[in-house]
Amino acid sequence: MKQGDTGQDAAMRVVFVQALNKALAQDARLAVVTADISAAAFDESRERFPDRVVNVGIREQAMIGVAGGLALTGMRPVVHSYAPFLVERPYEQIKLDLGHQDVGAVLVSIGGSYDDPAWGRTHQSPADVTLIDSLPGWTVHVPGHPAEVEPLLEQALSGDGLVYLRLSTRVNRTPFGPSDGFTVVRSGSRGVVLAVGPILDQVLAAVSGVDVTVLYASTIRPFDHAGLLAAARSAVPNIVLVEPYLRGTSAHEVSLALADVPHRLLALGVDRDEEKRAYGTAPDHDRLHGLDPAGIARAVNAFLG
Amino acid sequence: METRLAGLFRRMTGDEKHEWAAASTLDVLWVLYDRVLDVSPERPDDPDRDRFLLSKGHGPMAFYAVLAAKGFIDADVLDRWTEFGSPLGQHPDRTLVPGAEIGSGSLGHGMALGVGTAFGLRAQGRTARVVVLVGDGELDEGSNHEAIAVAGRHNLDRLTVVVIDNRSSSHGWPGGIADRFAVEGWRAVTVDGRDHEALYEALTIEPDGRPTVVVAEVGSGE
Repeated sequence: MKQGDTGQDAAMRVVFVQALNKALAQDARLAVVTADISAAAFDESRERFPDRVVNVGIREQAMIGVAGGLALTGMRPVVHSYAPFLVERPYEQIKLDLGHQDVGAVLVSIGGSYDDPAWGRTHQSPADVTLIDSLPGWTVHVPGHPAEVEPLLEQALSGDGLVYLRLSTRVNRTPFGPSDGFTVVRSGSRGVVLAVGPILDQVLAAVSGVDVTVLYASTIRPFDHAGLLAAARSAVPNIVLVEPYLRGTSAHEVSLALADVPHRLLALGVDRDEEKRAYGTAPDHDRLHGLDPAGIARAVNAFLG
Repeated sequence: METRLAGLFRRMTGDEKHEWAAASTLDVLWVLYDRVLDVSPERPDDPDRDRFLLSKGHGPMAFYAVLAAKGFIDADVLDRWTEFGSPLGQHPDRTLVPGAEIGSGSLGHGMALGVGTAFGLRAQGRTARVVVLVGDGELDEGSNHEAIAVAGRHNLDRLTVVVIDNRSSSHGWPGGIADRFAVEGWRAVTVDGRDHEALYEALTIEPDGRPTVVVAEVGSGE
Protein backbone atom coordinates (compact mmCIF):
# COMPACT_ATOMS: atom_id res chain seq x y z
CA MET A 1 0.00 0.00 0.00
CA LYS A 2 1.61 3.24 -1.10
CA GLN A 3 0.88 6.84 -0.35
CA GLY A 4 -2.12 8.16 -2.20
CA ASP A 5 -3.34 4.70 -3.04
CA THR A 6 -6.35 5.22 -0.86
CA GLY A 7 -8.31 2.33 -2.27
CA GLN A 8 -11.31 4.53 -2.90
CA ASP A 9 -13.78 3.77 -5.60
CA ALA A 10 -12.52 5.67 -8.61
CA ALA A 11 -14.58 5.01 -11.72
CA MET A 12 -12.69 7.64 -13.69
CA ARG A 13 -9.38 5.98 -12.87
CA VAL A 14 -10.73 2.61 -13.97
CA VAL A 15 -11.71 4.05 -17.34
CA PHE A 16 -8.33 5.76 -17.65
CA VAL A 17 -6.36 2.61 -16.86
CA GLN A 18 -8.33 0.48 -19.29
CA ALA A 19 -8.06 3.02 -22.08
CA LEU A 20 -4.36 3.60 -21.57
CA ASN A 21 -3.48 -0.11 -21.44
CA LYS A 22 -5.35 -0.54 -24.68
CA ALA A 23 -3.59 2.42 -26.28
CA LEU A 24 -0.16 1.17 -25.19
CA ALA A 25 -0.66 -1.93 -27.27
CA GLN A 26 -1.62 0.10 -30.31
CA ASP A 27 0.85 2.99 -30.27
CA ALA A 28 4.57 2.33 -29.78
CA ARG A 29 5.12 6.01 -29.11
CA LEU A 30 3.25 5.88 -25.81
CA ALA A 31 4.98 5.40 -22.49
CA VAL A 32 3.77 5.33 -18.89
CA VAL A 33 5.67 6.45 -15.82
CA THR A 34 4.39 5.84 -12.30
CA ALA A 35 5.75 6.22 -8.79
CA ASP A 36 4.18 3.11 -7.23
CA ILE A 37 0.67 4.56 -7.07
CA SER A 38 -1.49 2.63 -9.56
CA ALA A 39 1.64 0.90 -10.89
CA ALA A 40 -0.01 -2.49 -10.52
CA ALA A 41 -2.72 -1.38 -12.93
CA PHE A 42 -0.09 -1.48 -15.66
CA ASP A 43 1.65 -4.74 -14.69
CA GLU A 44 0.58 -6.57 -17.81
CA SER A 45 1.64 -3.75 -20.09
CA ARG A 46 4.94 -3.47 -18.21
CA GLU A 47 5.64 -7.11 -18.91
CA ARG A 48 4.97 -6.63 -22.59
CA PHE A 49 6.71 -3.27 -22.94
CA PRO A 50 9.26 -2.99 -20.13
CA ASP A 51 11.04 0.00 -21.63
CA ARG A 52 7.83 1.93 -22.18
CA VAL A 53 6.07 1.23 -18.89
CA VAL A 54 8.31 2.29 -16.03
CA ASN A 55 7.62 2.34 -12.30
CA VAL A 56 10.31 4.37 -10.56
CA GLY A 57 9.25 3.55 -6.98
CA ILE A 58 8.22 6.32 -4.62
CA ARG A 59 10.30 8.91 -6.45
CA GLU A 60 8.06 11.61 -7.84
CA GLN A 61 10.80 13.99 -8.95
CA ALA A 62 12.41 11.17 -10.88
CA MET A 63 9.00 10.23 -12.25
CA ILE A 64 8.66 13.57 -14.03
CA GLY A 65 12.33 13.69 -15.04
CA VAL A 66 12.10 10.24 -16.59
CA ALA A 67 9.01 11.34 -18.47
CA GLY A 68 10.93 14.35 -19.77
CA GLY A 69 13.73 12.09 -20.95
CA LEU A 70 11.29 9.82 -22.71
CA ALA A 71 9.76 12.84 -24.41
CA LEU A 72 13.20 14.03 -25.50
CA THR A 73 13.48 10.81 -27.47
CA GLY A 74 10.14 11.44 -29.20
CA MET A 75 7.97 9.29 -26.97
CA ARG A 76 4.63 10.43 -25.61
CA PRO A 77 4.83 9.86 -21.86
CA VAL A 78 1.80 9.58 -19.60
CA VAL A 79 2.48 10.17 -15.92
CA HIS A 80 -0.03 9.18 -13.29
CA SER A 81 -0.24 9.62 -9.54
CA TYR A 82 -2.32 11.06 -6.73
CA ALA A 83 -2.68 14.81 -7.33
CA PRO A 84 -0.35 16.18 -4.59
CA PHE A 85 2.42 13.80 -5.62
CA LEU A 86 1.97 14.45 -9.31
CA VAL A 87 1.81 18.24 -9.26
CA GLU A 88 2.97 19.73 -5.99
CA ARG A 89 5.92 17.58 -5.05
CA PRO A 90 7.71 17.55 -8.43
CA TYR A 91 6.59 21.01 -9.47
CA GLU A 92 10.06 22.20 -10.43
CA GLN A 93 10.56 19.10 -12.56
CA ILE A 94 7.28 19.88 -14.32
CA LYS A 95 8.49 23.40 -14.95
CA LEU A 96 12.00 22.49 -16.05
CA ASP A 97 12.09 18.86 -17.20
CA LEU A 98 8.97 19.25 -19.32
CA GLY A 99 8.17 22.87 -20.09
CA HIS A 100 11.68 24.30 -20.20
CA GLN A 101 12.92 21.37 -22.31
CA ASP A 102 10.09 22.17 -24.71
CA VAL A 103 8.72 18.64 -24.56
CA GLY A 104 5.21 17.43 -23.91
CA ALA A 105 3.61 14.93 -21.59
CA VAL A 106 0.21 13.92 -20.29
CA LEU A 107 -0.12 14.20 -16.52
CA VAL A 108 -3.11 12.34 -15.10
CA SER A 109 -4.07 12.87 -11.48
CA ILE A 110 -6.67 11.42 -9.15
CA GLY A 111 -7.78 12.72 -5.77
CA GLY A 112 -7.82 16.41 -6.53
CA SER A 113 -8.97 18.95 -4.02
CA TYR A 114 -10.39 16.82 -1.22
CA ASP A 115 -11.87 13.71 -2.74
CA ASP A 116 -11.02 11.74 0.40
CA PRO A 117 -10.36 14.19 3.24
CA ALA A 118 -10.03 11.43 5.84
CA TRP A 119 -6.45 11.30 4.56
CA GLY A 120 -5.75 14.83 5.71
CA ARG A 121 -3.94 17.77 4.22
CA THR A 122 -1.05 15.79 2.78
CA HIS A 123 -3.43 14.11 0.36
CA GLN A 124 -5.32 17.22 -0.67
CA SER A 125 -4.32 19.33 -3.63
CA PRO A 126 -6.81 22.12 -4.27
CA ALA A 127 -4.12 24.25 -5.93
CA ASP A 128 -3.14 21.74 -8.61
CA VAL A 129 -4.92 23.50 -11.46
CA THR A 130 -3.70 26.86 -10.20
CA LEU A 131 -0.10 25.65 -10.21
CA ILE A 132 -0.37 24.13 -13.68
CA ASP A 133 -2.09 27.31 -14.84
CA SER A 134 0.94 29.31 -13.73
CA LEU A 135 3.02 27.54 -16.37
CA PRO A 136 2.60 28.34 -20.05
CA GLY A 137 1.14 26.11 -22.70
CA TRP A 138 -0.88 23.62 -20.71
CA THR A 139 -4.22 22.14 -21.67
CA VAL A 140 -6.30 21.28 -18.60
CA HIS A 141 -9.17 18.82 -18.67
CA VAL A 142 -11.48 18.41 -15.68
CA PRO A 143 -13.98 15.70 -16.63
CA GLY A 144 -17.15 15.46 -14.60
CA HIS A 145 -18.15 11.92 -15.52
CA PRO A 146 -16.29 8.67 -16.26
CA ALA A 147 -17.71 8.64 -19.79
CA GLU A 148 -15.94 11.93 -20.49
CA VAL A 149 -12.51 10.52 -19.65
CA GLU A 150 -11.67 8.37 -22.65
CA PRO A 151 -12.35 11.00 -25.36
CA LEU A 152 -10.25 13.52 -23.46
CA LEU A 153 -7.45 10.99 -22.96
CA GLU A 154 -7.48 10.03 -26.65
CA GLN A 155 -7.22 13.67 -27.58
CA ALA A 156 -4.29 14.09 -25.22
CA LEU A 157 -2.45 10.99 -26.40
CA SER A 158 -2.68 11.96 -30.04
CA GLY A 159 -0.99 15.31 -29.52
CA ASP A 160 2.47 16.47 -28.54
CA GLY A 161 1.71 19.16 -26.01
CA LEU A 162 1.44 19.54 -22.26
CA VAL A 163 -1.83 18.16 -20.92
CA TYR A 164 -3.15 17.88 -17.38
CA LEU A 165 -6.07 15.48 -17.01
CA ARG A 166 -7.64 15.84 -13.58
CA LEU A 167 -9.66 12.79 -12.59
CA SER A 168 -11.94 12.73 -9.58
CA THR A 169 -13.99 10.34 -7.52
CA ARG A 170 -16.75 12.96 -7.58
CA VAL A 171 -18.97 12.60 -10.61
CA ASN A 172 -22.03 14.18 -12.20
CA ARG A 173 -25.04 12.08 -13.06
CA THR A 174 -24.92 12.85 -16.78
CA PRO A 175 -21.90 13.04 -19.10
CA PHE A 176 -21.39 15.57 -21.85
CA GLY A 177 -19.71 14.76 -25.13
CA PRO A 178 -16.40 16.26 -26.27
CA SER A 179 -16.63 19.93 -27.15
CA ASP A 180 -14.23 22.57 -28.35
CA GLY A 181 -15.80 25.04 -25.96
CA PHE A 182 -18.18 25.41 -23.07
CA THR A 183 -21.48 23.55 -23.28
CA VAL A 184 -24.68 25.51 -22.73
CA VAL A 185 -26.63 23.39 -20.24
CA ARG A 186 -29.53 25.83 -19.95
CA SER A 187 -30.25 29.47 -20.76
CA GLY A 188 -31.43 32.32 -18.55
CA SER A 189 -31.40 36.09 -18.31
CA ARG A 190 -30.12 37.21 -14.89
CA GLY A 191 -26.59 35.97 -15.19
CA VAL A 192 -24.17 33.27 -16.36
CA VAL A 193 -22.92 30.47 -14.15
CA LEU A 194 -19.89 28.52 -15.37
CA ALA A 195 -19.49 25.11 -13.67
CA VAL A 196 -16.28 23.14 -14.13
CA GLY A 197 -16.19 19.33 -14.11
CA PRO A 198 -17.74 17.39 -11.24
CA ILE A 199 -19.23 20.44 -9.51
CA LEU A 200 -21.99 20.73 -12.15
CA ASP A 201 -24.66 18.71 -10.34
CA GLN A 202 -24.26 20.80 -7.20
CA VAL A 203 -24.50 23.98 -9.26
CA LEU A 204 -27.64 22.81 -11.03
CA ALA A 205 -29.25 21.95 -7.70
CA ALA A 206 -28.28 25.35 -6.31
CA VAL A 207 -29.76 27.39 -9.18
CA SER A 208 -32.78 25.22 -9.95
CA GLY A 209 -35.16 28.10 -9.35
CA VAL A 210 -32.97 30.90 -10.62
CA ASP A 211 -33.18 32.39 -14.12
CA VAL A 212 -29.55 32.07 -15.17
CA THR A 213 -27.57 30.53 -17.99
CA VAL A 214 -25.48 27.54 -16.94
CA LEU A 215 -22.34 26.68 -18.88
CA TYR A 216 -20.37 23.48 -18.37
CA ALA A 217 -16.66 22.98 -18.97
CA SER A 218 -14.69 19.74 -18.93
CA THR A 219 -11.81 21.60 -20.55
CA ILE A 220 -10.85 24.77 -18.70
CA ARG A 221 -7.54 25.49 -20.47
CA PRO A 222 -7.60 26.81 -23.05
CA PHE A 223 -10.47 28.88 -21.71
CA ASP A 224 -13.38 29.35 -24.08
CA HIS A 225 -13.35 33.16 -24.21
CA ALA A 226 -15.79 33.30 -27.11
CA GLY A 227 -18.25 30.97 -25.40
CA LEU A 228 -18.34 33.02 -22.22
CA LEU A 229 -18.56 36.27 -24.15
CA ALA A 230 -21.53 35.03 -26.16
CA ALA A 231 -23.33 33.88 -23.02
CA ALA A 232 -22.59 37.15 -21.21
CA ARG A 233 -24.03 39.13 -24.10
CA SER A 234 -27.25 37.12 -23.97
CA ALA A 235 -27.89 37.83 -20.29
CA VAL A 236 -27.16 40.39 -17.62
CA PRO A 237 -23.36 40.10 -17.30
CA ASN A 238 -23.41 38.78 -13.75
CA ILE A 239 -20.79 36.02 -13.99
CA VAL A 240 -20.54 33.23 -11.43
CA LEU A 241 -17.50 31.01 -11.73
CA VAL A 242 -17.71 27.72 -9.79
CA GLU A 243 -14.54 25.62 -9.80
CA PRO A 244 -13.92 22.44 -7.76
CA TYR A 245 -10.41 23.59 -6.89
CA LEU A 246 -8.87 26.82 -5.61
CA ARG A 247 -11.32 29.71 -5.70
CA GLY A 248 -10.74 32.22 -8.47
CA THR A 249 -8.32 30.09 -10.48
CA SER A 250 -9.99 31.14 -13.73
CA ALA A 251 -10.94 34.68 -12.68
CA HIS A 252 -8.17 36.15 -14.82
CA GLU A 253 -9.52 34.29 -17.84
CA VAL A 254 -12.99 35.73 -17.22
CA SER A 255 -11.41 39.18 -17.16
CA LEU A 256 -9.71 38.52 -20.47
CA ALA A 257 -12.86 37.13 -22.07
CA LEU A 258 -14.95 40.09 -20.94
CA ALA A 259 -12.32 42.78 -21.24
CA ASP A 260 -14.69 44.98 -23.24
CA VAL A 261 -17.86 44.08 -21.36
CA PRO A 262 -18.68 45.76 -18.05
CA HIS A 263 -19.45 42.83 -15.79
CA ARG A 264 -19.59 41.56 -12.21
CA LEU A 265 -17.83 38.40 -11.09
CA LEU A 266 -18.46 36.01 -8.20
CA ALA A 267 -15.78 33.32 -7.95
CA LEU A 268 -16.57 30.20 -5.89
CA GLY A 269 -14.23 27.33 -5.15
CA VAL A 270 -12.00 25.88 -2.47
CA ASP A 271 -11.29 28.47 0.19
CA ARG A 272 -7.82 29.98 -0.13
CA ASP A 273 -7.90 32.04 3.07
CA GLU A 274 -7.19 29.32 5.61
CA GLU A 275 -6.29 25.66 5.80
CA LYS A 276 -9.31 23.60 6.82
CA ARG A 277 -7.94 21.33 9.51
CA ALA A 278 -10.63 18.70 9.39
CA TYR A 279 -11.04 15.14 8.20
CA GLY A 280 -14.43 13.61 7.43
CA THR A 281 -15.94 13.20 3.99
CA ALA A 282 -15.94 15.15 0.75
CA PRO A 283 -19.52 16.39 1.37
CA ASP A 284 -18.37 17.64 4.79
CA HIS A 285 -15.70 19.68 3.04
CA ASP A 286 -18.15 20.89 0.41
CA ARG A 287 -20.06 22.49 3.27
CA LEU A 288 -16.86 23.90 4.79
CA HIS A 289 -15.97 25.58 1.52
CA GLY A 290 -19.52 26.66 0.65
CA LEU A 291 -19.58 24.33 -2.35
CA ASP A 292 -22.61 22.28 -1.32
CA PRO A 293 -25.85 23.19 -3.12
CA ALA A 294 -27.06 25.27 -0.18
CA GLY A 295 -23.79 27.17 0.06
CA ILE A 296 -23.68 27.86 -3.66
CA ALA A 297 -27.33 28.94 -3.63
CA ARG A 298 -26.72 31.38 -0.77
CA ALA A 299 -23.78 32.93 -2.55
CA VAL A 300 -25.52 33.17 -5.92
CA ASN A 301 -28.73 34.63 -4.50
CA ALA A 302 -26.80 37.23 -2.52
CA PHE A 303 -24.77 38.11 -5.61
CA LEU A 304 -27.78 38.48 -7.89
CA GLY A 305 -29.76 40.38 -5.27
CA MET B 1 0.12 -3.49 29.00
CA GLU B 2 0.64 -5.00 25.57
CA THR B 3 -2.88 -6.42 25.72
CA ARG B 4 -4.33 -2.99 26.49
CA LEU B 5 -2.23 -1.50 23.70
CA ALA B 6 -3.54 -4.03 21.21
CA GLY B 7 -7.07 -3.21 22.36
CA LEU B 8 -6.49 0.48 21.76
CA PHE B 9 -5.04 -0.28 18.34
CA ARG B 10 -8.07 -2.28 17.32
CA ARG B 11 -10.46 0.53 18.21
CA MET B 12 -9.48 2.22 14.97
CA THR B 13 -11.09 0.44 12.03
CA GLY B 14 -11.64 1.22 8.40
CA ASP B 15 -8.05 1.36 7.16
CA GLU B 16 -7.38 -2.31 6.67
CA LYS B 17 -5.08 -1.57 3.74
CA HIS B 18 -2.66 0.13 6.08
CA GLU B 19 -3.19 -2.21 9.01
CA TRP B 20 0.03 -4.10 8.41
CA ALA B 21 1.97 -0.88 7.95
CA ALA B 22 0.61 0.32 11.26
CA ALA B 23 1.10 -2.96 13.08
CA SER B 24 4.71 -3.13 11.91
CA THR B 25 5.56 -0.04 13.94
CA LEU B 26 3.76 -0.97 17.15
CA ASP B 27 6.64 -2.64 18.97
CA VAL B 28 9.16 0.07 18.15
CA LEU B 29 6.75 2.80 19.18
CA TRP B 30 5.95 1.09 22.44
CA VAL B 31 9.60 0.61 23.40
CA LEU B 32 10.33 4.22 22.50
CA TYR B 33 7.50 5.73 24.50
CA ASP B 34 7.65 3.29 27.42
CA ARG B 35 11.39 3.10 28.00
CA VAL B 36 13.44 5.41 25.81
CA LEU B 37 12.01 8.83 25.07
CA ASP B 38 12.01 11.57 27.67
CA VAL B 39 8.53 12.87 26.90
CA SER B 40 5.41 13.40 28.97
CA PRO B 41 1.89 14.68 28.38
CA GLU B 42 2.40 16.90 31.44
CA ARG B 43 5.12 18.93 29.73
CA PRO B 44 4.37 18.89 26.00
CA ASP B 45 6.21 22.15 25.39
CA ASP B 46 9.29 21.44 27.48
CA PRO B 47 12.15 22.62 25.25
CA ASP B 48 14.34 19.86 26.66
CA ARG B 49 11.95 17.04 25.81
CA ASP B 50 13.05 14.41 23.35
CA ARG B 51 11.49 14.75 19.93
CA PHE B 52 9.85 11.87 18.11
CA LEU B 53 9.03 12.49 14.47
CA LEU B 54 6.71 10.02 12.77
CA SER B 55 7.81 10.45 9.18
CA LYS B 56 6.06 7.25 8.15
CA GLY B 57 2.67 8.87 8.59
CA HIS B 58 0.77 6.11 6.82
CA GLY B 59 -1.25 3.91 9.11
CA PRO B 60 -0.78 5.98 12.27
CA MET B 61 -3.06 3.72 14.31
CA ALA B 62 -0.13 2.34 16.29
CA PHE B 63 1.10 5.86 17.00
CA TYR B 64 -2.33 6.96 18.19
CA ALA B 65 -2.69 3.84 20.33
CA VAL B 66 0.64 4.49 22.02
CA LEU B 67 -0.21 8.17 22.57
CA ALA B 68 -3.48 7.10 24.16
CA ALA B 69 -1.77 4.49 26.33
CA LYS B 70 0.66 7.13 27.55
CA GLY B 71 -1.99 9.76 28.23
CA PHE B 72 -1.26 12.21 25.43
CA ILE B 73 -4.74 11.76 23.99
CA ASP B 74 -8.03 10.48 25.37
CA ALA B 75 -8.60 6.87 24.39
CA ASP B 76 -12.22 7.64 23.54
CA VAL B 77 -11.02 9.79 20.66
CA LEU B 78 -9.75 6.65 18.95
CA ASP B 79 -13.30 5.55 18.23
CA ARG B 80 -13.94 8.68 16.20
CA TRP B 81 -10.77 8.68 14.14
CA THR B 82 -11.16 10.04 10.59
CA GLU B 83 -14.56 11.48 11.43
CA PHE B 84 -15.35 15.08 10.75
CA GLY B 85 -14.29 17.06 13.79
CA SER B 86 -11.96 14.35 15.07
CA PRO B 87 -8.34 15.34 15.73
CA LEU B 88 -7.19 11.97 14.44
CA GLY B 89 -6.99 11.37 10.73
CA GLN B 90 -5.33 8.78 8.58
CA HIS B 91 -2.31 11.02 8.56
CA PRO B 92 -1.49 13.00 11.70
CA ASP B 93 -1.61 16.77 11.94
CA ARG B 94 0.71 18.22 14.59
CA THR B 95 -1.70 21.06 15.29
CA LEU B 96 -4.47 18.61 16.18
CA VAL B 97 -2.72 15.72 17.91
CA PRO B 98 -1.08 16.34 21.29
CA GLY B 99 2.33 14.70 21.27
CA ALA B 100 2.74 14.71 17.49
CA GLU B 101 5.83 16.72 16.63
CA ILE B 102 5.18 16.87 12.90
CA GLY B 103 2.31 16.47 10.49
CA SER B 104 3.13 13.67 8.08
CA GLY B 105 1.69 11.49 5.39
CA SER B 106 3.60 12.60 2.34
CA LEU B 107 6.69 10.43 2.48
CA GLY B 108 10.25 11.62 2.80
CA HIS B 109 9.83 14.74 4.88
CA GLY B 110 10.58 13.60 8.43
CA MET B 111 14.25 12.90 8.13
CA ALA B 112 15.22 16.36 6.93
CA LEU B 113 12.95 17.85 9.58
CA GLY B 114 14.73 15.66 12.12
CA VAL B 115 18.12 16.84 10.92
CA GLY B 116 16.98 20.45 11.29
CA THR B 117 15.55 19.74 14.73
CA ALA B 118 18.85 18.18 15.78
CA PHE B 119 20.73 21.20 14.50
CA GLY B 120 18.39 23.54 16.36
CA LEU B 121 18.64 21.69 19.65
CA ARG B 122 22.41 21.54 19.41
CA ALA B 123 22.58 25.22 18.58
CA GLN B 124 20.65 25.92 21.79
CA GLY B 125 22.99 23.76 23.83
CA ARG B 126 20.35 21.13 24.52
CA THR B 127 21.02 17.42 24.65
CA ALA B 128 17.52 16.19 23.87
CA ARG B 129 17.34 13.32 21.44
CA VAL B 130 15.64 13.34 18.07
CA VAL B 131 14.18 10.07 16.85
CA VAL B 132 12.70 9.79 13.38
CA LEU B 133 10.70 6.77 12.27
CA VAL B 134 10.67 5.97 8.55
CA GLY B 135 9.76 2.96 6.45
CA ASP B 136 11.98 1.08 4.02
CA GLY B 137 9.61 1.94 1.18
CA GLU B 138 9.73 5.57 2.22
CA LEU B 139 13.49 5.52 1.71
CA ASP B 140 12.75 5.48 -2.02
CA GLU B 141 12.20 9.20 -1.71
CA GLY B 142 15.39 11.00 -2.67
CA SER B 143 14.90 13.67 -0.02
CA ASN B 144 15.88 11.09 2.62
CA HIS B 145 19.27 10.57 1.07
CA GLU B 146 19.99 14.26 1.08
CA ALA B 147 19.24 14.28 4.81
CA ILE B 148 21.32 11.16 5.43
CA ALA B 149 24.33 12.81 3.84
CA VAL B 150 23.89 16.04 5.76
CA ALA B 151 23.48 14.32 9.13
CA GLY B 152 26.50 12.12 8.53
CA ARG B 153 28.72 15.09 7.71
CA HIS B 154 27.63 17.11 10.72
CA ASN B 155 28.05 14.55 13.48
CA LEU B 156 24.48 14.81 14.66
CA ASP B 157 24.87 12.14 17.30
CA ARG B 158 21.63 13.01 19.11
CA LEU B 159 19.76 11.97 15.97
CA THR B 160 18.46 8.42 15.62
CA VAL B 161 16.54 7.16 12.64
CA VAL B 162 14.52 4.00 12.97
CA VAL B 163 13.81 2.26 9.69
CA ILE B 164 10.89 -0.15 9.86
CA ASP B 165 11.97 -2.70 7.29
CA ASN B 166 8.79 -4.44 6.19
CA ARG B 167 10.22 -4.97 2.71
CA SER B 168 7.82 -2.64 0.98
CA SER B 169 10.36 -0.88 -1.22
CA SER B 170 9.64 -1.64 -4.86
CA HIS B 171 13.28 -2.12 -5.78
CA GLY B 172 14.72 -3.23 -2.44
CA TRP B 173 18.09 -2.17 -1.04
CA PRO B 174 20.94 -4.28 -2.43
CA GLY B 175 23.70 -4.43 0.15
CA GLY B 176 21.24 -3.73 2.92
CA ILE B 177 19.65 -0.60 4.33
CA ALA B 178 22.24 -0.25 7.09
CA ASP B 179 25.08 0.12 4.59
CA ARG B 180 23.31 3.05 2.91
CA PHE B 181 23.63 4.97 6.14
CA ALA B 182 27.03 3.62 7.16
CA VAL B 183 28.69 4.82 3.99
CA GLU B 184 27.58 8.34 4.92
CA GLY B 185 29.13 8.12 8.36
CA TRP B 186 26.28 6.75 10.44
CA ARG B 187 26.45 4.10 13.10
CA ALA B 188 24.18 1.32 11.91
CA VAL B 189 22.46 -1.36 13.94
CA THR B 190 20.09 -4.00 12.64
CA VAL B 191 17.70 -5.73 15.04
CA ASP B 192 14.57 -7.83 15.16
CA GLY B 193 11.80 -5.24 15.15
CA ARG B 194 9.64 -7.39 17.45
CA ASP B 195 12.30 -7.99 20.08
CA HIS B 196 11.75 -5.36 22.75
CA GLU B 197 15.04 -5.96 24.57
CA ALA B 198 17.02 -5.78 21.35
CA LEU B 199 15.20 -2.62 20.36
CA TYR B 200 15.82 -1.06 23.77
CA GLU B 201 19.50 -1.85 23.63
CA ALA B 202 19.87 -0.43 20.13
CA LEU B 203 17.90 2.71 20.97
CA THR B 204 19.92 3.51 24.09
CA ILE B 205 23.51 3.03 23.03
CA GLU B 206 25.76 5.88 24.07
CA PRO B 207 26.39 8.67 21.57
CA ASP B 208 29.74 8.39 19.80
CA GLY B 209 29.76 11.41 17.54
CA ARG B 210 27.75 9.80 14.76
CA PRO B 211 24.01 9.73 14.03
CA THR B 212 22.53 6.29 14.49
CA VAL B 213 20.24 4.25 12.32
CA VAL B 214 18.35 1.32 13.79
CA VAL B 215 17.01 -0.98 11.12
CA ALA B 216 14.08 -2.84 12.66
CA GLU B 217 13.31 -5.90 10.60
CA VAL B 218 9.69 -6.96 10.88
CA GLY B 219 9.17 -9.13 7.81
CA SER B 220 6.91 -8.47 4.88
CA GLY B 221 3.62 -9.35 6.58
CA GLU B 222 2.76 -11.73 3.77
